[in-house]
Amino acid sequence: MIQISQLSKRYKNAEEYSVLGLDLQINEGEIFGLLGPNGAGKTTLISMLSSLIKPTSGHFSINGLTFQKNGNQLRQLIGIVPQEYALYPTLTAYENLYYLGSMYGLKGRQLKEKINFHLEVLGLEKFSRKKLDTFSGGMKRRVNLIASILHDPKVLFLDEPTVGVDVQSKNVIIDHLKKLNTLGTTIVYTSHHLNEAEQFCTRVAIIDHGKIIVEGAPKDLISQHPESHNLEDVFLTLTGKALRDHA
Amino acid sequence: MHKLWASTYKELLLLSRDIGGLAILFVMPLVLVITITLIQDSTFRSINDHKIPILWVDYDKGEVSKNIYDGLAESKSFNIIEKKSDKEAKELVFKGKYQLAIVIPTNLSSELEKKVNLNVEGLLSKFGLDQEMPESQKVDLKKKEVILYFDPATQMAFKNSIKNGIDKMIFKIETQTIYKAFQSQITDDETEAIFDTESFITFKEITPTIGENEIIPNSVQHNVPAWTLFAIFFIIVPLSINMVKEKSQGTFVRLRTNPVSYLTVLGGKTLIYLSVCLIQFGLMLGIGVYLFPILGLPSLDVSGKIPQLFLVAIFAGLAAIGLGLLLGTVAKTQEQSAPFGATFVVILAALGGVWVPVFIMPKFMQTLSNLSPMNWGLNAFYDVFLRDVGIIDLVPELTLLFLFFVITTAISILYNERKNAV
Repeated sequence: MIQISQLSKRYKNAEEYSVLGLDLQINEGEIFGLLGPNGAGKTTLISMLSSLIKPTSGHFSINGLTFQKNGNQLRQLIGIVPQEYALYPTLTAYENLYYLGSMYGLKGRQLKEKINFHLEVLGLEKFSRKKLDTFSGGMKRRVNLIASILHDPKVLFLDEPTVGVDVQSKNVIIDHLKKLNTLGTTIVYTSHHLNEAEQFCTRVAIIDHGKIIVEGAPKDLISQHPESHNLEDVFLTLTGKALRDHA
Repeated sequence: MHKLWASTYKELLLLSRDIGGLAILFVMPLVLVITITLIQDSTFRSINDHKIPILWVDYDKGEVSKNIYDGLAESKSFNIIEKKSDKEAKELVFKGKYQLAIVIPTNLSSELEKKVNLNVEGLLSKFGLDQEMPESQKVDLKKKEVILYFDPATQMAFKNSIKNGIDKMIFKIETQTIYKAFQSQITDDETEAIFDTESFITFKEITPTIGENEIIPNSVQHNVPAWTLFAIFFIIVPLSINMVKEKSQGTFVRLRTNPVSYLTVLGGKTLIYLSVCLIQFGLMLGIGVYLFPILGLPSLDVSGKIPQLFLVAIFAGLAAIGLGLLLGTVAKTQEQSAPFGATFVVILAALGGVWVPVFIMPKFMQTLSNLSPMNWGLNAFYDVFLRDVGIIDLVPELTLLFLFFVITTAISILYNERKNAV
């Protein structure tokens, strides 16, 4: 599904590579977690895979398509849930979704039905006509998610989709993602919530300093490190306990 | 096409949700046009209700000073306040209390007469018509100076017009005195008209006409197009802010991941902001036609010109929008786009001849002026308002405005593609 080969990215004026010679294969139907400390290169990788930034070297393909050759076809195939809300605060939830759904070529009754369906499933139908700037962080996260899945993407990239939301919102989001996965959507997501990743992902990769340190099913990784009781222990063992502040 | 309409609708919603911004967008240009027209109206009026107070110090008390005084009074532009001393007048003017003081020197009339008589007598004696003047009677008269004190803050144009006016009056008085001196030398009968002292050369201004009616320019006809154009170009400020906001909200980033072209995104903005320009323009014409007469200003004459005017407004609006799209694409923050946009419009307006006519600019600035889209727009508006041209005659200016829109939009798209190439 996703083939990544020797992918690297070094930002202008940066001394080090954010992503360095990364090889990875993500299969169809997987829920793949990209885990790592701050500045490890997770968001950079997702940004490259979603055409937001240009790799310094290497290449990747999604379903055999590349942005260089099949830009719009590929964009139609994928969905991106950015870390920021990336919505219009003065528009209502419905207006935001109608506009963003239209950008995927959806229209008319089909678009309305999809918006209403997702709003209902994610518990937002009562608030669909309210302006987004009146929404809580959790509600905005859910709208942010819907905006990226209205067109039924084959691959969904999520950059920390549950950051800063309450437990209830988080559960609703994760449940909905699981449903989408069962319907055939491959999910690639980054998170700092390791317990969530352990429960949610079929496979994870721990990434640090732009390189994959280890990858595999969460259970396998835990069993490979006998001193670890959970994925968080594995993570700390592999990436260390030193603070990773960066500016 | 559906994506374009969705983008347009989104822009409409965004604008309509910002009531304050919308009000500013429509109200401020109207306030601007009304204010400027009211201020500049006086310069177009032949009869001025608001006279400029000036100081008058007359040490001469003769015929010459009386003629200058009468000339100033007849112009109906000045409220002449007499002062006894030169010093007091100078002080008041230099403190900025008055714009101007005119000081007529002592014995100006008598010495002018003496000087002219001497010249005339000298001339006649050369022709043998008069007795040769004895050397003892030849007096070397010193030149007399009419002194003008100007407030240092007075604008050069005003100073020049005053100086020219007084110079003309003095020249006329000198000429008449010469005629008078000849008359008195040739005949003793003062009532006998030997010379026709009226000016032989006069001038007549021929203005363009529509049918049998003359097109007489007035402050409204000059100011409405100029400041309407200025307001239209100010659209670049809210437009660029709108784009920068989308960047900071992350929505632009999201759109880059969608299968939608940047051209479509810009297309939606173009359609909505062009509508704003046209509504603005309609409102400005409305106040020119209906409100200005109530305010005592001349009415804006738009009869038979509406299609041409809106055509120019559409193309001027497109040029302004192109610039706004480019600024919005390049700018990263509102702190960059808003001050730059506002200042740039002022520069374009200055170059375009909104404040100072292009023909009085230095040669280099005149060349630069030809590159200002506001100059093209202003010429097109003047063509319609003051020269009464048809649509065909507007084609050159409209083409330039449209090309400017196409080029700025193309640069925006190329810049965006280059910057975000994957």
